[in-house]
Amino acid sequence: MRLKTPLSEKDVRSLKFGDEVTLDGIIYTGRDEMHLRALEYAREGRELPFDLHGAVLCHCGPMLRNEGSKWHVIAAGPTTSSRMDSMEPQFIEHFGVRAIIGKGGMSQPTVDAMAKHGCVYLAHTGGAAVLAAEGIKDVKRVEWQDLGMPEAMCELEVESFGPLIVAIDAHGESLYKRVDETVASNLPNVRKQLGI
Amino acid sequence: MLGSTKLVEDVTVNLLRIAVTSLPDDVLGALRDAEREETSEVGRTQLRTILENVAAADRLSVPICQDTGMLTFFISGRCLPDLEEGIRRGMSRATSEVPLRANAVHPITRKNPGNNSGKGVPTIHYDYSDSDFTQVTVMPKGAGSENMSVLAMLTPSQGLKGIKRLVLDTVIKAGGKPCPPTIVGVGIGGSADQAMLLAKQALLRPLNIGNPDQQLAALESELKQALNLTGIGPMGLGGKTTVLGVRVEEAYTHTASLPVAVCLQCWAARRASARIARDGSVQYSREGFW
Ligand code: SF4
Repeated sequence: MRLKTPLSEKDVRSLKFGDEVTLDGIIYTGRDEMHLRALEYAREGRELPFDLHGAVLCHCGPMLRNEGSKWHVIAAGPTTSSRMDSMEPQFIEHFGVRAIIGKGGMSQPTVDAMAKHGCVYLAHTGGAAVLAAEGIKDVKRVEWQDLGMPEAMCELEVESFGPLIVAIDAHGESLYKRVDETVASNLPNVRKQLGI
Repeated sequence: MLGSTKLVEDVTVNLLRIAVTSLPDDVLGALRDAEREETSEVGRTQLRTILENVAAADRLSVPICQDTGMLTFFISGRCLPDLEEGIRRGMSRATSEVPLRANAVHPITRKNPGNNSGKGVPTIHYDYSDSDFTQVTVMPKGAGSENMSVLAMLTPSQGLKGIKRLVLDTVIKAGGKPCPPTIVGVGIGGSADQAMLLAKQALLRPLNIGNPDQQLAALESELKQALNLTGIGPMGLGGKTTVLGVRVEEAYTHTASLPVAVCLQCWAARRASARIARDGSVQYSREGFW
């Protein structure tokens, strides 16, 4: 399924965990430091450099090369999302993002915030940075460069970005939770195999 | 022969380029086998994406993953003067030439100098011997997998069962975070620091080379089979490919201790080695010289 940004609440509510999608449009990168600063801005009532309502946030620290006045993406795979767990529910509520791309999944408070506010989590294949970069057609702007290249906030234009798996949907369902349940039910057998 | 600092600098740049833009044949082969055998559809999509990504990186000669990691160097054989200086220079040159992502930051202020250099980086382990060549091996390792490392000071009575339990718990707890399928390095014995080094060194042994110790070889395959029954799967999205292999190394330890370290390596299990001969000629290998 192809999705085009910005996303509406209806767009994301229609997705179901396990669906495979690709994205066209604009995505914004943000990791630990960006979340910290954005929430600080929110507390101080300051505006972010970008309006994130209906936007897609990508947990990613891309490798960019600056060639003259233009940035080029060399590699742009996802980073581990759970590092942003403590900040994400507030981030979703305050900034109104509709989808978050990352790897490894996020915890229950984030799953709940996604169900409440209408947001989905799209799992990107961790480390598949070159394919990701091939899906990025243009680096439109790079803000907060003082945070260092991996932590800066980039506005990226993407085309057929993916494949992405809807791993947490906007109805409180999570593929990670399902896998956890499967692992838990497999565990007695695994332990038996190992004699422990 | 070039001045040895310059030679080591050039070798380091070449090594890093080889290491971060391609995968060793044993790892690639294991990923291909896994893609053929994976039964979960989502899991297969992940493995296919990984393989397409590796092919694209190779075609474009760019890093396979944006996290080019922190670098650990293993030096063995003949001692070369100014080796460390050569490695440092090579590393900072590679950061802009390959390029590598500038990952190294101050541990507390988190300030990033932007060139991957700073106090204590890169990590270099030396194992000099009387040899005709100097061997330099580099392992770039991303934070996603490194952050899942575990060191446990087990009691001797916990024994082999305790070791297996620790490995299983570590892999389950890590879930999708270290970008599975992973390679699991296990260091048993020694002191606390030695156990972790063994676990990391274990990751250098190619997946198609078994452990020369029969007992450890059996433990490796037993753990591999069991871990692949957990159902964690590629990227933790479910499936039967959770690990590509388990590598175990051991060392004698204190009679009252049983240190065990587990070091997970992501599917992007990058490594490369170079042999520098006395005459300055250099041989490279992604798999290492085994
Ligand atoms: S864990 Fe490995 S493959 Fe995954 S993002 Fe980090 S370096 Fe890349």
